[in-house]
Amino acid sequence: MDSLESYLFIGLVLFCFGLYAVMTRRNGVAVLMGIELILNAANLNLVAFNRFGGLSEQLPGQVFALMVIVMAACEAAVALAIIINLYKTFQTIHIDEAREMRG
Amino acid sequence: MPNIESLSFFLPELFLTASMVVIILVDVFMGPANRNRVVRQLSLAALAVTAYLLWVQTDPGEAIFFGALAVDPYSRFFKWLFLIATAVIFFVTPYTSQLLKTARHEYYLFLLAVMFGLFLMASAQDLIIIYLSIEIVSIGSFVLAGFLKGDRHSNESSLKYVIYGAFSSGVMLYGLSLLFGLAGSTNLFDVQRALASITGPGDLILVAALLMILVGFGYKISMAPFHFWTPDVYQGAPTTITAYLSVAPKAAGFALALRVLGIAFGDNLQFPADQWFPVGNLAIGTVIALFSGLTMTVGNILAIQQNSVKRMLAYSSVAHAGYMLMAVTILNIQALGAVMFYLAVYLFMNLGAFLVVILVHNKFGYDDIDDWRGLGFKLPLVAVPMGVFLFSLTGLPPTAGFVGKVYLFSVLISSQQFWWLAVLGVLNSVVSLYYYLRIMKVMFLEGEPTGETVSDHPAMTGMILALMVPVLLFGVYWSPLMGWVRASLKIFTPGG
Repeated sequence: MDSLESYLFIGLVLFCFGLYAVMTRRNGVAVLMGIELILNAANLNLVAFNRFGGLSEQLPGQVFALMVIVMAACEAAVALAIIINLYKTFQTIHIDEAREMRG
Repeated sequence: MPNIESLSFFLPELFLTASMVVIILVDVFMGPANRNRVVRQLSLAALAVTAYLLWVQTDPGEAIFFGALAVDPYSRFFKWLFLIATAVIFFVTPYTSQLLKTARHEYYLFLLAVMFGLFLMASAQDLIIIYLSIEIVSIGSFVLAGFLKGDRHSNESSLKYVIYGAFSSGVMLYGLSLLFGLAGSTNLFDVQRALASITGPGDLILVAALLMILVGFGYKISMAPFHFWTPDVYQGAPTTITAYLSVAPKAAGFALALRVLGIAFGDNLQFPADQWFPVGNLAIGTVIALFSGLTMTVGNILAIQQNSVKRMLAYSSVAHAGYMLMAVTILNIQALGAVMFYLAVYLFMNLGAFLVVILVHNKFGYDDIDDWRGLGFKLPLVAVPMGVFLFSLTGLPPTAGFVGKVYLFSVLISSQQFWWLAVLGVLNSVVSLYYYLRIMKVMFLEGEPTGETVSDHPAMTGMILALMVPVLLFGVYWSPLMGWVRASLKIFTPGG
């Protein structure tokens, strides 16, 4: 099982789950979880390519993945703050109910 | 170039970062009474020093930080555009009634942080930096769009922005990870060398990676069908931020997209003078031509139906992304110059139009088109510049928008490709005439001259008139701007 293909396959499955969650979930926090899945799918790809691509000397894939983890944390912090603020004004975290602008 | 030596070519960005840290500390020790004023003045001073450092910056002749960032005339051109946009927004913020009730000291800091991200976007030539810089710009913009915390529209706009933004940058990241896997390196030039040798089964992954990366760029420049966030975010965000988002991140998105597509997906490392060939004979030009036609059509058709002027300008900015994408289909040096020229012109005309929206909102408190009735009689010093901006956005002579559009079309015509796209562009310009002239008609032909005039704000009116000058000047005498663009058409390439 320790092959590049198996890691890429798991990454692809994670990516599809994330995509599905973003498309179908209407709860703001659940949508965020879907986005995190997409980011982690990309991280898995990066690390797997680094390990099996003969790049173990410089580790660019691992560095990239670390950067992504940091950015994902920042993004989650800002997104959760925005959702809390949404709850204060709309009394809901369902993204469909925040629909006052049309056209 | 190693890290320590690179620092001296990174001074504008370094200074910007240091000044943000200092301003945060000053902000902490400042009483609430002077906060807004002091932070704004310090931020303006930081902008001035950054501009000076950018002015005296010399070309290193190689990429800095081990090839991560390019310091070339191309990136410097865009950095000047970002500086101008940020300075205009800083200038008008204290005169925006929407923002007067909130504490604004953090607002300036976020704008500086976003500008730092934009600087990186203009220079990035490494997959890690590309992702990081897009995220820095996005995260700052999410907060700025929702800056009016108690306002429902502002909350809704930041929610939509964060969901669309995080999702499309996630998809783009997945594409970048595939690209990294194909190339085994994060450097754009190494990516190009690796892609040039790929044939056969790798192609499908390459196509998937390219499309996913286009999703990320498409979101940043609001290209259809990734434009859905644009109208809601533009309508709900504070109008100063709308003005900023409609020009600066869009320019940065184009800067980065041109660099990435041109270098990583070209068949050789140099930017071509005549015809650009994509790697592995992918039909990149055709794909972008389809996106371009869709973007301008969707933007213009939806703009017609709008009654809010802010929302109409949001759809018009989608349409303008479509016009600029027309030139991106060709991707030679001439196309690059046309897009840069148009972005510079677009900066002045779109900022100007949004400043008029801010002023009208200040005076009358609404942005519905019917409320603009008779503005030409009430506020002539504002309505006449608005007319100039609208003429320029339509692309009518003698304004700079006309010259910009001629350059965009001439790229398509001289390349003798995608003639249908040029026809579609002309048709779309005619459609856009309808809704731009509708504002003109409401301002000047409806309502009656009652003789009462509303006092206009001198500082805001002055800024609007100042933005009108380049729009008119570059419409009749554009060689200085075109000369600057031509001098900036040097994208860094190794050995180039």
